Amino acid sequence: MKASAFAYARATSVENALELLATHGDKAKVLSGGQSLLPAMNLRLIAPGLIVDIGDLAELRGVAVKADVLTIGALTRHADLLKSPEIASHAPLLRDAVAHVAHPAIRNRGTVGGSLAQADPASELPACMLALNATIVVRGPAGERRIAAHEFFTGIYETALMPQELLVAVELPMPAKDSTHFFREFSRRHGDYAIVGLAAQALVRNDRFADLRLGFFAVGDRPLLASSTGELVGVAVTSATLSGACSALDAELDPLEDQQATPAMRRHLAKVLLKRCVSSLLSRPDLCGGASA
Amino acid sequence: MTAAVAISLRVNGERIEASVLPRLNLADFLREHLKLTGTHVGCEHGVCGACTVRVNGDIVRACLLLAVQTHNATVETIEGLSDSGEIADLQSAFRERNALQCGFCTPGMLMAAQDLLKQLPSPDREQIREHLSGNYCRCTGYQAIVDAVEAIARSRAGRLP
Repeated sequence: MKASAFAYARATSVENALELLATHGDKAKVLSGGQSLLPAMNLRLIAPGLIVDIGDLAELRGVAVKADVLTIGALTRHADLLKSPEIASHAPLLRDAVAHVAHPAIRNRGTVGGSLAQADPASELPACMLALNATIVVRGPAGERRIAAHEFFTGIYETALMPQELLVAVELPMPAKDSTHFFREFSRRHGDYAIVGLAAQALVRNDRFADLRLGFFAVGDRPLLASSTGELVGVAVTSATLSGACSALDAELDPLEDQQATPAMRRHLAKVLLKRCVSSLLSRPDLCGGASA
Repeated sequence: MTAAVAISLRVNGERIEASVLPRLNLADFLREHLKLTGTHVGCEHGVCGACTVRVNGDIVRACLLLAVQTHNATVETIEGLSDSGEIADLQSAFRERNALQCGFCTPGMLMAAQDLLKQLPSPDREQIREHLSGNYCRCTGYQAIVDAVEAIARSRAGRLP
């Protein structure tokens, strides 16, 4: 189908975009890469009155490293993350995750800011932001707001972003040099929506986790930063502690039912991913019960 | 404000000035305004890959890009790639190996295949499948397409096909 009629404004600056959003409120939609917005409009799931195109705002594009912070502009594309040497050396979790996002032609348009503002619960980048302890930077009529990733995602396609606000960047604290990561997702075919996925960032010292952040996706109405990991940090992990963590994870999950999987299947797969993740990060094949990652 | 917007872009090397409604997507603009019907319209929500074109050198879904977004952009379609001879070898490999039957997916498939070979001159079959995974073919079962792309990768690298 074709999108219904709408008005179009090409923003000339962040200030100009904010003025347009302030004037038109929730009748306006921000167009970034358009890889979620335009399908929804073509399917007539949504029919915004005004499209505010921020595609020309070069100041929102790019990856910058300053002191202990890695800043990714909202308009940075998935394809840019895949090719960025800064991402490869400081946040390789993102590079691994983006390889699972749709297909090359989509990754050439889709943006980091668009993916986070869209907040699809099956999407990879929101869960990565939880694992990487990111701060989401938004600008609005009252100035700038910085929102911790774990407070940003509030439901299916819902975030803490107000209609008059624009997501401008994400900031990642630079992970420790010896920090490691794990990314896996189950999907029917590569590039499809995830059935269940896990993005993890960890610090392993002396065969123990000094830190472990697990961002699960497609396990509920929003990405989940699992708190059950507490039991795995600072201890010598055994099959018993891992089983305990799996039970704790199970209690945290609230998976949805859809065409792809039942809640029970999602619970099972989330626990499989947890085991594979811990086994892989600790280089302990024995913890995986024979299942290969 | 739903009125037409003036755009200026380059399509297959030619400067185009047009006035388009905001809701018009690039695929429909190419097909209906410029009569470049080699860009096909399948699913219209970014899944099938039939509308794949190049914008500023990158392959994109023409159904997920508004024509107004291509202001000042450089667009290349299957007609441009055919006329320049850039993909002549790929096209003949597709023909020789029966990598197409109905041909609906072929323009998008060629666009994606050429994009891969530009980035990765010697891809293995898995990498070919991965790069073409966003392009659906309902006729061939993909084997012949992967064969054709693999053969051209080899011949371009100076090896026997």
